Amino acid sequence: MKILVCISKTPDTTAKIAFTDNNTKFAEAGIQFIINPYDEWYALVRAIELKEANPDTQVHLINVGGPDADPIIRKALALGGDEAIRINANGNDSYYIAAQIAEVAKQNSYDLILTGKETIDYNGSSVGGMLAELLDLPFVSLATKVDLNGTTCTVNREIEGGEEVNEVTLPVVISCGKGVAEQRIPNMRGIMGARSKPLKVVEPQAIDPLTTIVSFELPPAKAGVKLVSPDHPEELVRLLHEEAKLF
Amino acid sequence: MPVLVFLDQSEGQVKKNSIEAASYAAKVAELAGTTAEGIILGSIPTGLAELGVYGLKKIHTLKQETLDHFDAQIFAKVIAEAVSVIGAKIIVFSNNVNGKAIAPRLSAHLKAGLVMGAIDLPVTTDGFVVKKSLFSGKAFANVSIKTEIKIITLNHNSYKVIKGEGAAEISELSVQVDRAKVSVIAVNKITGEVPLAEAELVISGGRGLKGPENWHLVTDLAKALGAATACSRAVADVDWRPHHEHVGQTGLTIAPNLYFAIGISGAIQHLAGVNRSKVIVVINKDPEAPFFKAADYGIVGDAFEVMPKIIDEVKRLKGL
Ligand SMILES: Cc1cc2nc3c(=O)[nH]c(=O)nc-3n(C[C@H](O)[C@H](O)[C@H](O)COP(=O)(O)OP(=O)(O)OC[C@H]3O[C@@H](n4cnc5c(N)ncnc54)[C@H](O)[C@@H]3O)c2cc1C
Repeated sequence: MKILVCISKTPDTTAKIAFTDNNTKFAEAGIQFIINPYDEWYALVRAIELKEANPDTQVHLINVGGPDADPIIRKALALGGDEAIRINANGNDSYYIAAQIAEVAKQNSYDLILTGKETIDYNGSSVGGMLAELLDLPFVSLATKVDLNGTTCTVNREIEGGEEVNEVTLPVVISCGKGVAEQRIPNMRGIMGARSKPLKVVEPQAIDPLTTIVSFELPPAKAGVKLVSPDHPEELVRLLHEEAKLF
Repeated sequence: MPVLVFLDQSEGQVKKNSIEAASYAAKVAELAGTTAEGIILGSIPTGLAELGVYGLKKIHTLKQETLDHFDAQIFAKVIAEAVSVIGAKIIVFSNNVNGKAIAPRLSAHLKAGLVMGAIDLPVTTDGFVVKKSLFSGKAFANVSIKTEIKIITLNHNSYKVIKGEGAAEISELSVQVDRAKVSVIAVNKITGEVPLAEAELVISGGRGLKGPENWHLVTDLAKALGAATACSRAVADVDWRPHHEHVGQTGLTIAPNLYFAIGISGAIQHLAGVNRSKVIVVINKDPEAPFFKAADYGIVGDAFEVMPKIIDEVKRLKGL
């Protein structure tokens, strides 16, 4: 059984968001980078759990990024990945990233490919679906539960107002959200062991991105909160009714 | 070369977020000097032609029982073929659960540039640039699509639906449908409540409410307004409320017209899930609570004192 987990590097959830270079670049100074939480807590931890349940499992990690991604890849190895591949390229077009991963995945016949449901910075939600298409595999998105029984995979996926239970035969690509696993903290043994695990760097293929980011923007500042006295809460209702016209 | 919009359906009705996408597609078509057409797969909802009022001139249908079960692979393949038959150059989806599954596949299939989570109409003065939401609405990116065929998924509640007159012509597609590899074995819907993801009004409670026994302060207001209920992660983590109600970085991201937060501090991870809401109201006894910085209206006060009065006033206004 071979599992591939796609991991992405994102700013920490509390990072201050600002842009430089005439609003064309994310301001990285002083920012702490982490493994995208959906990739780490759900996709990666679930892969590790599946390995624990069936030791005959290999968990490979893949990242498209520069050498600055190595620390988060090491952390993912510390959590329990067996080996990692970094495709040495920077790109913020989802298709470019998915196509690079697909090139590597084609050579390795993975049974299960897991991604996070989206990155917390770009909110693209698209690498998993693109990858599935490029590999001609089924895709189940926004999973909340992933179970394996031999080569049958049972996946709960989010739908409006509830969940749907899907069944699919491996191989499959699944994008993972809350519920799939519980966050873990790497232990000392994992951290020590990660140093000697293979982290292979491969050069990217020539692939044309389909989109480019022209510029970034911040939302206009809020006008500020209009405070109503706690002695007259009915005034708040009046404002919501007459001024904001919400009901 | 019409603009094509995917009409996602559930329980015999086109989803509300797909109506938004349809209205958006009609405007995109108008700006491009063409018309908008819809595509719907599986059973045909009654009154489909009436979607003409949102600006759709034609709706392509493919009535096949197997398409009543969702499989992204099959849907993307069928839509890809329809795109080539129809000759569409711009394809619009709602950025909803199914849109998020189909659009990326279609993008890779057609090598068509994709923008997920658009919040505005494309700007075509210099190429084709679409504004999308980043960092759960804390920033935006202007993304240029460079390919001939372009795909956009529209964020929920980002485009105001325009309703006019007219009926859409219904046209049957004939496209070969492969056997699905994903089978649906159960659907578990939470019934009897307003679904949170699509709700226009949301009332939410945090740890400040002290315990599940006090949730009537949230649910009574929600009931009076016909609103959905939500909660902070801290509340879901201690099982005061079910996990599907948890909004924020690790829960649902919502963008209702009203987000009414009671006893929630407004931690940055919580805000990530709600800061695209049109109007934010905060009830918190701590004037320093970070949520006030993101709020439009607020009361610095004890929820246990002010909420009953607010509920009474809403009921009075609503004649309840
Ligand atoms: C990586 C990460 C991801 C996270 N993801 C999420 C997420 O998705 N969603 C989420 O919600 N949180 C998330 N959190 C947790 C988040 O940081 C906060 O801890 C959480 O949102 C706090 O919930 P709360 O506001 O209900 O509780 P508290 O922080 O305990 O705040 C309670 C508030 O109630 C007020 N209060 C108390 N009594 C009263 C009263 N009588 N009347 C009025 N007000 C009163 C207090 O002043 C206080 O502001 C995440 C944290 C991390 C580290």
